[in-house]
Amino acid sequence: MSTLDRKLSRDLWRMKGQAAAIAVVMALGVMMQVMMAGLVVTLDETRRGYYERYRFAEVFAPVTRAPSHVLHQVAGLPGVARAEGRISGAARIELSDRAVPVAAQALSLPDHAEPALNAIRLQQGRLFDPGAPEEVVLLDTFAAAHGLRPGDALQVVMNGARRSLRITGLARSPEFLYAAAPGEMVPDDARYAVLWMSQTSLSASFDMKGAYSEFLVTLTRGTDPRGVIEALDHLLKPWGGSGAYDREDQFSHRFVSEEINGLRDTAAAIPPVFLGIAAFLLNIVIARMVQAEREEIGLLKAFGYRGSEIGGHYLKLVLAIAVAGALLGALLGILSGRAMVQLYLHFYKFPFLVFRLDPGALALGLVVSVLAAAAGGAVVLRQIFALHPAEAMRPPAPADYRRAGRWAGALKALDQPTRMVLRRFTRTPFRMLGAVVGITFGMGLSVGMLTIHAGFNQAVALSFDVLDRSEATVSFTHAVSQKTLLELARHPGVLRVEGARSVPVVLRNGRRTHRGAITGLPPDPELLRALTPDYIPIALDGPGLVLSTALARKLKAQAGDVLTVEVREGAQPALRLPVTGVSETVLGAPAYMALEALDRALFEPGRISSAALRLDPAQAEAVQVWLRDQPVVAGVSLKSEARDAFERVMNQGTGATRFIMAAVAFTITFGIIYNAARIALAERAHDLASLRVIGFSKGEAAYVLLGELGLVTLLALPCGAFLGWGIAHMLAAAYSSDLYTITVVFRPAAFGFAALVVISGAVLSGLLVKRDVDRADLVAALKTRD
Amino acid sequence: MPQQPPIYRVEGLTRVYGEGASAVHALRGVDLELPPGEITVLLGPSGSGKSTLLNILGGLDRPSAGRAWFRGEELTAMSDRALTRYRRDNLGFVFQFYNLMPSLTAEENVELVTEIARNPMDPAEALALVGLDTRKDHFPSQLSGGEQQRVAIARAVAKRPDVLLCDEPTGALDSATGREVLGVLQHLNRSLGSTVMIVTHAAATAEMADRVIRFTDGAIRSVEHNDAPRAAAEIEW
Ligand SMILES: Nc1ncnc2c1ncn2[C@@H]1O[C@H](COP(=O)(O)OP(=O)(O)OP(=O)(O)O)[C@@H](O)[C@H]1O
Ligand SMILES: [Mg+2]
Repeated sequence: MSTLDRKLSRDLWRMKGQAAAIAVVMALGVMMQVMMAGLVVTLDETRRGYYERYRFAEVFAPVTRAPSHVLHQVAGLPGVARAEGRISGAARIELSDRAVPVAAQALSLPDHAEPALNAIRLQQGRLFDPGAPEEVVLLDTFAAAHGLRPGDALQVVMNGARRSLRITGLARSPEFLYAAAPGEMVPDDARYAVLWMSQTSLSASFDMKGAYSEFLVTLTRGTDPRGVIEALDHLLKPWGGSGAYDREDQFSHRFVSEEINGLRDTAAAIPPVFLGIAAFLLNIVIARMVQAEREEIGLLKAFGYRGSEIGGHYLKLVLAIAVAGALLGALLGILSGRAMVQLYLHFYKFPFLVFRLDPGALALGLVVSVLAAAAGGAVVLRQIFALHPAEAMRPPAPADYRRAGRWAGALKALDQPTRMVLRRFTRTPFRMLGAVVGITFGMGLSVGMLTIHAGFNQAVALSFDVLDRSEATVSFTHAVSQKTLLELARHPGVLRVEGARSVPVVLRNGRRTHRGAITGLPPDPELLRALTPDYIPIALDGPGLVLSTALARKLKAQAGDVLTVEVREGAQPALRLPVTGVSETVLGAPAYMALEALDRALFEPGRISSAALRLDPAQAEAVQVWLRDQPVVAGVSLKSEARDAFERVMNQGTGATRFIMAAVAFTITFGIIYNAARIALAERAHDLASLRVIGFSKGEAAYVLLGELGLVTLLALPCGAFLGWGIAHMLAAAYSSDLYTITVVFRPAAFGFAALVVISGAVLSGLLVKRDVDRADLVAALKTRD
Repeated sequence: MPQQPPIYRVEGLTRVYGEGASAVHALRGVDLELPPGEITVLLGPSGSGKSTLLNILGGLDRPSAGRAWFRGEELTAMSDRALTRYRRDNLGFVFQFYNLMPSLTAEENVELVTEIARNPMDPAEALALVGLDTRKDHFPSQLSGGEQQRVAIARAVAKRPDVLLCDEPTGALDSATGREVLGVLQHLNRSLGSTVMIVTHAAATAEMADRVIRFTDGAIRSVEHNDAPRAAAEIEW
């Protein structure tokens, strides 16, 4: 080891506290990058592999009833690679441990062959025996939520008839990576099930002998799905085809894509902020660190060391810190990525999910850290090289007092240590500015994270206490007469009933399309409401649409635009409807319309498909039991359960990254402040020792240093508050997706708490540094010039 | 004795710090020629510009005006890179303020220089010359001022330089150690023919010099030749 390298290792050891703080800040920036990018790759690749392995269809074509020979025609369409037919129907599972029935989807699999498309992955048990019609394979996550196992019995209502089935196996499928009860957006394992049964068995239940109710298709390479969809729609029209759609509109795929895209957006927007801030700090800190080495650099030059040798030496120092930070960050990123993957497994029913490193992200993190660090060092080295060695070896020229002179009068009133604190600001304004900017970033990150937390909580409250004030929603098996409402209203324990009609549609505004639903609401609703962003109810009347903010954004539509609406139900009319307003929403991207106008447009007056209820808490249980036995009831969803599910998805799904980010933000904040304090100490160690020598007490000496830190912190707080408000908006945009919209809400508490974080960081750093001031060996400090 | 070409030649060397009313004239037009292989002692009151001259001759600083040559090559026209080369290959320094690396031990401080020298001594040997071979593993903060000074001298002589520029090498030393240190410089001068330049306040040092230059107020007041320099050990303090 050369002498310079030995110096390097000792210098590193000497500044270990500071080096560690820098490395950690860098590490956290890299960690975010590695974690987020890795999650995107992991989800994306795992999904692709899963789809391929289990032959997930690319186009789905539901029909009312098509004879099985149509499958050959479907398979023969140009561009179709493989085709499969199946029976699909709604079912209700009745469980002894629940008053409310569980909505389920029943799907057929071929009796004797592997399905050509949409195969399932058996997790436990075996497939049904096609000769035993009561055998069923159940979605494993639902089974787990209720403790069901192969061999257990299951009471199921299909097509109005109750059947007693026996579970033979538990499975999952790429079709149900994301599965939510009908009409809901947020998954809840306990409240949604999928049943796979033999063709023979299911056709008996749904009157589908020799027929299919859905066709699945994959495409040959390079085929545009739109052509195939058109051909399918044409082919299946006589069989009640309700419109073929491609994967992008398949419920599960769409949400997983949303998640991946959201994550990709977040990964593109947020880690760079952290990484950027970390790089900026690294740059400043390294610059100041090298600045402090000025005399040693001058000495090395005096001995005849070349610029490249000295530069190499400091580069090594900087690289040691940056690379250590980046590697630590990669490690943390992988660990937190693995933890996040476990969370994702709760929401996305992948058979397995192994966190993958995105080598690009890792490389980027490394390169950014190293470049930022090297740049910080290089700028200062150049400045120092520009000096003559004789000058560099002298301590920096005494600071210019002339500028301080102007303030001298005002300063006279203050005691000497306070004057020393204030003079630092007038004498070395750029250094102080650097420190203020650093802490501003810390404060900004904290404010941003806390405000976003408030936004998430607000989203829950807004969605479940303001927009939707019902306690339960009953969905019907088909559009029923409004008279059903009267029946519901008459039942004891039901305090209020409001019907709604939900119709599947494709909305088009120019080239932008959205596949979703229009919800018809009664006049002056009290339970489910459309509200303006200021929470004023929007009156729905006439044939106009009120779009949710998310939908308006997606379609780039505003009040006054006229949308093309293709109804995917009944007679499937195509309508032209004007947009009359935009409403605040949290969950999904709904569109509202007056119920009456909607029914009229469909030529089905007086029909509803669901009802919102307010219940007497004392009789809620009884009402649920009663509802379970009503044949027209497809399912009941309880608000409390939906709320729990939503909170779960926000706290454990993508939203969970915000906890990691908050932790990272706080740590970075502390790292920044601690660094600022350490640097101040390094720059003033000599002064402080001199002060102590001429008789100042430890407290007074520390005050000179801590006063500076305190003042810097105070200046940074308001700047950071503003920055944080901006960061919060950026985070909100990154977190919002088709699934939920996060809005920024002003919460003074978020600012207060962030300030508290910053101030405690400052106090803690101050205490750590003060310890060093107190311990300072005066003799040693004065003897060597370092 | 044939006239040897000078190792240093200086013409009209001027160095001004600052500008305007507050300008300090550290050197005011110095002319000088130094033959190789001599010991030169530079005497003069504090602030008279001795260190400034030494720094310019050592390529650590540049004059405001005037020129300087080393073995016929113009120092004042050299690039920074060439000056670095010059210092690395030819010079040994002893600085007025020791300037040791605090994070390196005595021996390592010497190694810092021997590692890039062409024909260096063993660092331990150099430390032995200044009587510090037993303290080689101590850090500067563990050494007294005089001991630090001696490490700085060991560091300067260890590379067996052509030229030794010493700024107050004995400033912090007692007379016995001071004599020893000067003896080391003289030994280097006699055995290797190194040119030695010593800035000092101790007028007695002049007794060992071949040439004594007296400085006042940035200019040379007198240059004396000493035909019979005494051995360092014989100097009376
Ligand atoms: N960087 C500088 N800026 C301004 N003035 C300087 C600077 N360096 C030296 N001086 C001034 O130049 C003059 C000569 O300084 P120099 O260090 O050469 O003196 P010296 O003869 O070595 O004195 P001493 O015996 O005290 O070391 C002094 O008046 C000094 O104050
Ligand atoms: Mg001097």
